[in-house]
Amino acid sequence: MVSKSKAAIPYVVLLLISSPLLLFYGWLFMSSFATRTLGLRPLGFTLENWRFLVEPLPRRPDVWIMTTNTMILTLSFTVLLLFIASAAGYALSRLRFTGRRFFLMMTLVLHAFPSVTLLIAIFYVLRALRLYDSLLGVALVKTALDLPLGIWIMKGFFDNVSWDIEMASLIDGCSRFQSWYKVILPLIKPGIAALAIFAFLSGWNEFLLPYIFVPSFKNQTLSVFLRGLVSGGGEFRFVDYGIVTAVGVFYIIPVMLFFIFTQRYLLTIYAGGVKG
Amino acid sequence: MNRHNLGGEGRAVALPSPVVRERALVRLRDLASPVFFLGPAGLAVVVFFLVPVLLTLWIGLTDMSVATISNIQFVGAENYVRMLTARYTPRILQNTFFYVFTTLGLFNVGMGLAIALLTTHIEERAGTLFRTLWLLPRITPSVIYALLWTWATADAPFGIFNQLLSPLGVTSQNWLSTQPWAIVIAANGFVGASFSMIIFTSAIKAIPQDYIVAAKVDGASTWQIICRITVPMIRWPIMFVTAYQTLSLLTSFEYILLLTDGGPGFYRTEVWALHAFHRALSNYFGNVQFGYGAALAAVLVVIGIIASVAYLRIFRFGQMVAEPKIEVR
Repeated sequence: MVSKSKAAIPYVVLLLISSPLLLFYGWLFMSSFATRTLGLRPLGFTLENWRFLVEPLPRRPDVWIMTTNTMILTLSFTVLLLFIASAAGYALSRLRFTGRRFFLMMTLVLHAFPSVTLLIAIFYVLRALRLYDSLLGVALVKTALDLPLGIWIMKGFFDNVSWDIEMASLIDGCSRFQSWYKVILPLIKPGIAALAIFAFLSGWNEFLLPYIFVPSFKNQTLSVFLRGLVSGGGEFRFVDYGIVTAVGVFYIIPVMLFFIFTQRYLLTIYAGGVKG
Repeated sequence: MNRHNLGGEGRAVALPSPVVRERALVRLRDLASPVFFLGPAGLAVVVFFLVPVLLTLWIGLTDMSVATISNIQFVGAENYVRMLTARYTPRILQNTFFYVFTTLGLFNVGMGLAIALLTTHIEERAGTLFRTLWLLPRITPSVIYALLWTWATADAPFGIFNQLLSPLGVTSQNWLSTQPWAIVIAANGFVGASFSMIIFTSAIKAIPQDYIVAAKVDGASTWQIICRITVPMIRWPIMFVTAYQTLSLLTSFEYILLLTDGGPGFYRTEVWALHAFHRALSNYFGNVQFGYGAALAAVLVVIGIIASVAYLRIFRFGQMVAEPKIEVR
């Protein structure tokens, strides 16, 4: 009896410290279907909040256009990051060349770098490249900012591939590129999957970069749109929380589903990354 | 290695032998392959890190602002002098240190460690469930996440804090206005805790079971095992998280921007990174001061470089970069 109640202690503690999360997310879903909520108590249920799916909100762009924008940003970022990080990660893990140490050191320094503080300067770089107010520009910036982490993670996975396999492929007449593309990359599919998931989640959620670098309406992403909905009224009581939460749930559903189906792979990212 | 022999051959047949030409081509390919693999990354780093860093340093030495954009003057260290003498600088500095170390200690390390320990001492499936729950803030778009906190802390009758606490005799209030720091730190901490949770969990799972079993055989309690075996064995991950998250927190301001925007009142929750953002990019004061904002950002850049070099020493960088076993080919 004593040991049984003792075994319950971790559960009770976990439930207690996790309770804000349970309440928050419970409210989010409930509120999207409620006319109005007072705390956790809904005043009535409705589907009216979800009307934005069929007709745009007044003075706002169509939600499907913004979903497409968000998708464009996320996918181009994911593809760019995967390609660049896996190429660079391979080079840093497997190629011997002068400057390798320097590159590795730089990756680490950039990894710990206050990238967000460079936004002012990046604004000018984007303008000079004529990529200001473009989703591709934001995707490029985000790729660069997440590159140190991506390279480090991919390097971790490449490090774990046995040298014998690569030697064998080289002896059999592969070039270094063929060996990378045909032999090694297929071997680290879990790593690629992990980085792809990480990139997708991170790209879908990105707020600050499009908020700063993509001011125009037609290129707006869901995060910026939501920020506009929330801050539009200023005071809490003037914001239509039914609609805001409905858009919020709409925005969060893809990442939730994505996460649930892929979380097994995501958890390996840290294993690969931390081992270095 | 064969270069000397090759030279001999070359002289012997007068014309460069096919072997020599092939070697030359191989050397070219040797060079081409790091360029091919690292080129895109190098280009991205140069365009979006190196150039911006230099630009930031340069803009920080000018008086560039919306008002002076057509006639930018080089002002030397004026921005830095202004920063040192500004009335609110000590306050922002104090805010920054308070924010970074409280969040780090309570949540990013403390809470993360607590959850990692708790979820590894219960049934595996339940543990995974709780860890997934704690990952929610990380995968939730920041705008919605901030909204959840804004809602929870709102005035009666809307906010859940008031709804749950007023039966206990706590005065109803707008928590974001009355306790801005507590909310900002908790909101950031709930996101930060998941990072260390995952790293600590995988580290705890990697501890050989023999140690735990041996301790149990010797009659150690769970608490003793945690204090004497588990925590000492994951001290490296703990140090890594502490170091890494210090820097992340130092430069993070997204949630503060969304929650309090530095307020309420005069710079109550304004931290250094947010201040740089306000000065340089937000229209808060009407006249956006790129120069001053860049100088503020440059300070963070310098701190970031110093700190990361220090961490490289702590984490013995040399051991992490064992040379590859095959030469470039």
